[in-house]
Amino acid sequence: MARSNARRSAVATGCVLGLSFFLASCGDDGGGDDSDNTDAAGDVDCSEFEQYTEEYGDLEGTEVTIYSTITPPEDEPHIESYVPFEECTGVDVVYEHSDEFEAQLQVRINGGNPPDIAYVPQPGLLETIVQDTGAPVPAPEGVEENVDEFFSEDWKEYGTIDGTFYAAPLGSNVKSFVWYSPTTFEANGYEVPETWDDLIALSDQIVDDGGVPWCQGIASGDATGWPATDFIEDILLRTAGPEVYDQWYQHEIPFNDPQVVDAVDQAGEILKNPDYVNGGFGDVSSIATTDVNQAGLPILEEQCYLHRAASFYAPNWPEDAEIAEDGDVYAFYLPAIEEEFGDPVLGAGEFTVAFDDRPEVQAFQEYVSSAEWANDKAELGGWVSANTGVELDNYQDPISRLSAELLQDDDAVFRFDASDLMPGDVGAGSFWTGMVDWITGAETEEVLTQIEETWPEE
Amino acid sequence: MSAVQSTPETREGWDGTETVSPSARARKRLSSPGASTAAIIIAVLWTLPTFGLFLSSFRPEEEIKNNGWWNWFTDPQLTLENYREVLFGSRTELSTYVINSVAITVPSVVIPVSLALLAAYAFAWMKFPFRDTLFVAVFALQIVPIQIALVPLLQIFVDVGLNGTFWPLWIAHSTFALPLAVYLLHNFMRDIPVELIEAARVDGAGHVKIFGTIMLPLIMPAIAAFCVFQFLWVWNDLLVALTFAGSTSDVAPLTARIAELVGTRGTEWHLLSAGAFVAMIIPVLVFLTLQRFFVRGLLAGSVKG
Repeated sequence: MARSNARRSAVATGCVLGLSFFLASCGDDGGGDDSDNTDAAGDVDCSEFEQYTEEYGDLEGTEVTIYSTITPPEDEPHIESYVPFEECTGVDVVYEHSDEFEAQLQVRINGGNPPDIAYVPQPGLLETIVQDTGAPVPAPEGVEENVDEFFSEDWKEYGTIDGTFYAAPLGSNVKSFVWYSPTTFEANGYEVPETWDDLIALSDQIVDDGGVPWCQGIASGDATGWPATDFIEDILLRTAGPEVYDQWYQHEIPFNDPQVVDAVDQAGEILKNPDYVNGGFGDVSSIATTDVNQAGLPILEEQCYLHRAASFYAPNWPEDAEIAEDGDVYAFYLPAIEEEFGDPVLGAGEFTVAFDDRPEVQAFQEYVSSAEWANDKAELGGWVSANTGVELDNYQDPISRLSAELLQDDDAVFRFDASDLMPGDVGAGSFWTGMVDWITGAETEEVLTQIEETWPEE
Repeated sequence: MSAVQSTPETREGWDGTETVSPSARARKRLSSPGASTAAIIIAVLWTLPTFGLFLSSFRPEEEIKNNGWWNWFTDPQLTLENYREVLFGSRTELSTYVINSVAITVPSVVIPVSLALLAAYAFAWMKFPFRDTLFVAVFALQIVPIQIALVPLLQIFVDVGLNGTFWPLWIAHSTFALPLAVYLLHNFMRDIPVELIEAARVDGAGHVKIFGTIMLPLIMPAIAAFCVFQFLWVWNDLLVALTFAGSTSDVAPLTARIAELVGTRGTEWHLLSAGAFVAMIIPVLVFLTLQRFFVRGLLAGSVKG
């Protein structure tokens, strides 16, 4: 029996060893989180925060929980930007993030445990939540006033469901960019195209010089296909105009409307042109298997010259590549096609949705819709807002500034990424997979008809 | 053993006098050079992806992103940068998540195993009304998928006010583990020869004595096996953790952090291989500590003679 006892105690040790680990470490873990909040911005001027305490009363000792899709390392500037608010009002802002945001938010709402404020990246999801659960709280007056003052009508409309304004825009990004290398362009005598015809002429010129002009990739794990949907949306916005675009995502015209077919075919003139793609990777079908984050990198090796991608492609460039108008890489605006539709800008962004109407929650929601916060946040870099109250000089990097210029441009016609506005079955389902089929050889009309058939019944 | 064997194989032995048991034959066949070569090839193929992952975790970011790990042999470059980034790169130290994971896992193993041991003993060796019906009912709970219980459970936890602590995780993991634990341990306990129990009874032992001095030592291999499986299951769990613990650094486990290593737009995916190896260390240690208990014979020597 002695041996058995020894065995037993060893098993017990194995099982319990960890427990003592945990007990021992509890002691030194306690105060870890708070200390991070105090090391930044010690010289905050609290006078501009008095409006919040005047409007919402004493907020000292309260807590606001945030739930967001923005995960480390991108979340750091966010957390840092709340510090002045926390120090001056005494509100503790608890930032929580998840890669599984879309699914988990709905689980938490159904479980009776929603966050105070969620940063929802798709207006389509916002609509679903409002209509299915009724959990979101309409935005308070202060938020609406800020949005009326600093954001365009288009942006406010995306946060409005059935006539009630719920969600103020937070960050934004611009998708209508073509990345290129200014140094390569200069060395080869290429010029940044101002019109669509120039862009095609430039592509032809590169082909004549023996190069492959474009490189694209749409592989992105279980979201493979989304970069191609952006490409199509950008073209549709340029060939058929914003009104048709709105009708399209609202399904007032069928998904396979002839105007959409034309737009997709026009995109195909680049994406499915064996002379134009896929520099550095292979033939047309390699677009489907090239990782979206890698797709633009051959530009640095001069294996391709043009890469259509969003402003948030910037972190993919190696750290030693200078992003500037005269640097190693930069981006230009994807030119308009039909002049009558102005300069369409395709983009996306997050919206702040509140699930509680406690004063501190409303105060925070108002704070992050203000120009003061947006200016502070812009200074921390790598972030763009459609907030027109932000001084362009406050943007730290050239791409953010360029994006903000487009967003603040009165002539620009902004439209939100349509696949984020469509029902999930299409916008995050058949549209993606359809694009993979299309890239790998399927006919345009056939693919669009298939997607049309998956549109949910009204 | 071999003396009583009279299968066709024994009669077809190498020569008339020597009898060969099937297991000996199998051993002989499997240790032939051909079989050994096949085994080595399979082992290499099996280990190769893990080895590649391991090598990848030490390669510089640009190399990982541009070419496969096998290029290391022609262009050897090693760095600890990925590990540094994984361990110390975020605002919250990784050790916080490791501690959370341990704090979640240990009670989630100890609680169901303790409860299941008691229940299994009762089901196996005590007589009470509706015993078999109850046992089938407990085992039938196995069929309930975790996914359909998540939201109702969350509602209960929120109502009771346990949310944001470790309790929902401990309770949820214990609940989900119990049916299988009871069933498994019950079957092991049933296998203990009745003579042993009767002998103990004759000597005047009650249920508590029998449970403590006979059952526990004898089914130690089963307990160890279940400990390991439950440990690995809870350690690697992401779904239950995300639902009940969320992702605040107060309670989120290591898996939640690893899942987010790639960054908001997947630009940091080169960190994943290093993250995988960091997450692997503790389960491997636990496995190595416990594995010797369940490879030993279950009842070696207990009823000899």
